Amino acid sequence: MENTTLPYAKRTLSNGLDVIVHEDRHVPIVAVNVWYHVGSKNERPGMTGFAHLFEHLMFEGSAHHNTGFFPPIQRAGGLLNGSTNTDRTNYWEVVPTSAIDLALWMESDRMGYLLPAVTPERFETQRDVVLNERRQNYENRPYGFALMAIVAALFPEQHPYNWPTIGSVDDLRAMRLEDVQAFFRTYYHPSNASLTLAGDIETDRAFDLAERYFGDLPGGSRPEPVRASAELRHEVRLLLEDRVEMPRLYMAWLSPAMYAEGDAEMDLVGDLLANGKTSRLYRTLVYERRVALDVSAYQSSRELGGFFLLVATAAPGQSLAEIEPLIGIELQALIESGPSESEMERARAQIEAHFIYRLQTVGGFGGKSDQLNAYNVMRADPGFFDKDLARYRDATAETVRETARRILGFDRRVLLSVVPRGQQHLALPGAESVLVS
Amino acid sequence: MTRADRSRLPDIGPDPPFTFPRIARHRLANGLQVRTVEHHTMPVVTLIVQVDAGAVADPLGREGLAAISADMLDEGTGDLSAIDVSDAFARIGAEYDVDVGPDVTSFALTALSRFAERGASLLADILLRPSLRQTDFDRLRQLRLDRLRQLKDSPPAVAERAFLRLMYGDHAYGHLPIGNATALGGLALEDVAAFHAERFKPSRATAVIAGPLAHDDLRRLAEGAFGGWEETSPSLQGHPAGDVEPMASQTRLAVIAREAAPQSELRIGHLSAHRNSPDYAALLVMNAVLGGQFVSRINLKLREEKGYTYGARSGFDWRRGIAPFSLQASVHTAATADAIADCYAELDGIRGERPPSDSEMALAKASLTRGYPRGFETAHQVARAVAQLVLYGLPDTYFEEFVPHVSAIQSDDVVRVAERYLDPARTVTLVVGDYQAVGPSLGPLGLGEPQVLAADA
Repeated sequence: MENTTLPYAKRTLSNGLDVIVHEDRHVPIVAVNVWYHVGSKNERPGMTGFAHLFEHLMFEGSAHHNTGFFPPIQRAGGLLNGSTNTDRTNYWEVVPTSAIDLALWMESDRMGYLLPAVTPERFETQRDVVLNERRQNYENRPYGFALMAIVAALFPEQHPYNWPTIGSVDDLRAMRLEDVQAFFRTYYHPSNASLTLAGDIETDRAFDLAERYFGDLPGGSRPEPVRASAELRHEVRLLLEDRVEMPRLYMAWLSPAMYAEGDAEMDLVGDLLANGKTSRLYRTLVYERRVALDVSAYQSSRELGGFFLLVATAAPGQSLAEIEPLIGIELQALIESGPSESEMERARAQIEAHFIYRLQTVGGFGGKSDQLNAYNVMRADPGFFDKDLARYRDATAETVRETARRILGFDRRVLLSVVPRGQQHLALPGAESVLVS
Repeated sequence: MTRADRSRLPDIGPDPPFTFPRIARHRLANGLQVRTVEHHTMPVVTLIVQVDAGAVADPLGREGLAAISADMLDEGTGDLSAIDVSDAFARIGAEYDVDVGPDVTSFALTALSRFAERGASLLADILLRPSLRQTDFDRLRQLRLDRLRQLKDSPPAVAERAFLRLMYGDHAYGHLPIGNATALGGLALEDVAAFHAERFKPSRATAVIAGPLAHDDLRRLAEGAFGGWEETSPSLQGHPAGDVEPMASQTRLAVIAREAAPQSELRIGHLSAHRNSPDYAALLVMNAVLGGQFVSRINLKLREEKGYTYGARSGFDWRRGIAPFSLQASVHTAATADAIADCYAELDGIRGERPPSDSEMALAKASLTRGYPRGFETAHQVARAVAQLVLYGLPDTYFEEFVPHVSAIQSDDVVRVAERYLDPARTVTLVVGDYQAVGPSLGPLGLGEPQVLAADA
């Protein structure tokens, strides 16, 4: 087996900022990656979508560079982006080694001095941009509302996974500039952040630069962890009409949190059920019986608790009521007999290879810098890479079977039928119409 | 410890040296061209086999043949079924990916080095000796017909398909690789077998391999897998379809109605330039200024100034023949006509009304040149980049020459190529959106009566 590992060095500055460095001198580029431990899970009903709208403002300027963040980085030949999910918000640049000072200057300036640059005009424009992001990625996209309906049914109203990170239109329209200031003070400071530098840079120099640019920012206090729990005690059947040609069935279960016991097993369950032509559901539904056009299944691992999602699109002329029991048979077989040794070997080979493929890029979403920050923020251990891989190596046919049995109960799941408008009869029987907008 | 000086942005240091990959050329005894690149980072090898079998090879009335043929190859070989093939790749953790482009189809395999030989041999099995069984064909054709139906609901897919058609009409470039329902419905397994026999030959393919091995070892890898590939019949040396000049479009404005759509999906452009044009570097810089990156005129105007869209961009859809240039955005329905007018204003602007400023030029060029080495991080990126050189017949020295070529471009060059290659009078605007809502606002744009198209026209 190849030497799969992700070496690093870590220090914590006196203001609480974690700094992680990974050297990779193959290409003269450095990835700068910052995670703030804040996401839509830190929102409340009435302010949904705020964490993400805030992320947009982070690109519009800071006190000492009071204009857009893209021009200086692009002029240096760098890439930059950011993203928000339920649990964290990340920002990154990938720059030529010659522009590392620039990237750190800018990241530190917005970490320390954002607010003077947030003007009402910038706020209004980014609100419009986000409303358009929502239209493009959800409202004007086939099946775009499905996941919103599912999380709303899986998680209770006060649970922050109950709403999508993009937020509701009403909440986005209601947001005020004053909310930005409070949010920044609570969540955007060194002790709620983690900085990783990966690439063509010497470790000592990286720590020196981190100290120079971030060392004098005030620390702030770490926000209280969000606590919330969810439990589903029965089966929920929902129906959504959409501008689509083919009905689609979604099945969702509450599942283990990220890195919790059973999380890796549920990843493997997703692979066994629906990853590739060899998977059980693809083979049955798409290849042999041809009742479905596609099928997918995955464990959505999150900090406060996960969910497992299974999706199948019906072939023309097939009703969801015919497909659902076929899926049920495969789930039952997995729960009763577990995967075969041969299936486990195949799944492990794929996972081990993918752990190595993940080590090929230093920056961007999913690159090494992003992974080190994920491990640091979620596990307080940037060295978790090896332990992460071990979770999958240690999974056995029996632990997979047992986890599937524990999680995939037929009597505590959400079944959502998305059907073409006016064709409610294609939904599963007993499904209740939901309105999502 | 010196603290950061926040009175100004830090300077950027001198550009770090970077050695672009050296490409070695080999020709196997059967005529197969092989390109190898030593890429010593991770124990990962990428092998790409690029075949002259892109969508342009679809005969008129058989649109979709190249794509379904490519799709059929991993449906079985020898004793292996489609499931077995997928299983064999999965057991070595290999990634198999097919890309059907306008001109070529490329089959890419990425595997851990220790499985490279096994992966290459599997790839050769499916490309050279596919089973081509009737039941697999029936299933795949049906899946593709159903996929075509689904695409009608996706505004970007509807726009992409209609725009190609508006650009090229009946020309062989005028359709997406997936084809259309009538043509796909009329295809038979025999068509696939004939297409495979005619197109999949060493003389019409190139293998590109990048990985942590010496050139000779990489060549041996290709030889071991593809050395036995026989040139069955001489290739027809006809006139490549991509060389035929398409007719200019007569339409200026087209609409595909999508009732109550919250946004309008826009495509604004026309046939413009060839990839191997001597003006390529100037066109790249022009595009970077106009809409090729976040900091570009179109995106700053439509997103950052007006908030009409999540993002607007422009670009060339390169191919061997003449390529379209287009502006693209998905804009709020109420902003549709205004956004279109802004796009036209930007076309006029870069053609001379508002030449690129020194700062725009500096940003566009630096972003293209200083960012260039970033694209050579993984074996897959390197192999793809080399495959592009093969596709367009570019020299092996291309990577080293890129930066000096782009750096030499001046503002005058950008205006000159914009005048020459962008023509508002020939520009076609396509709107996929709520026709009832936007229809009345389109008249004042002066683009004439819209041609109303069906989503699957």
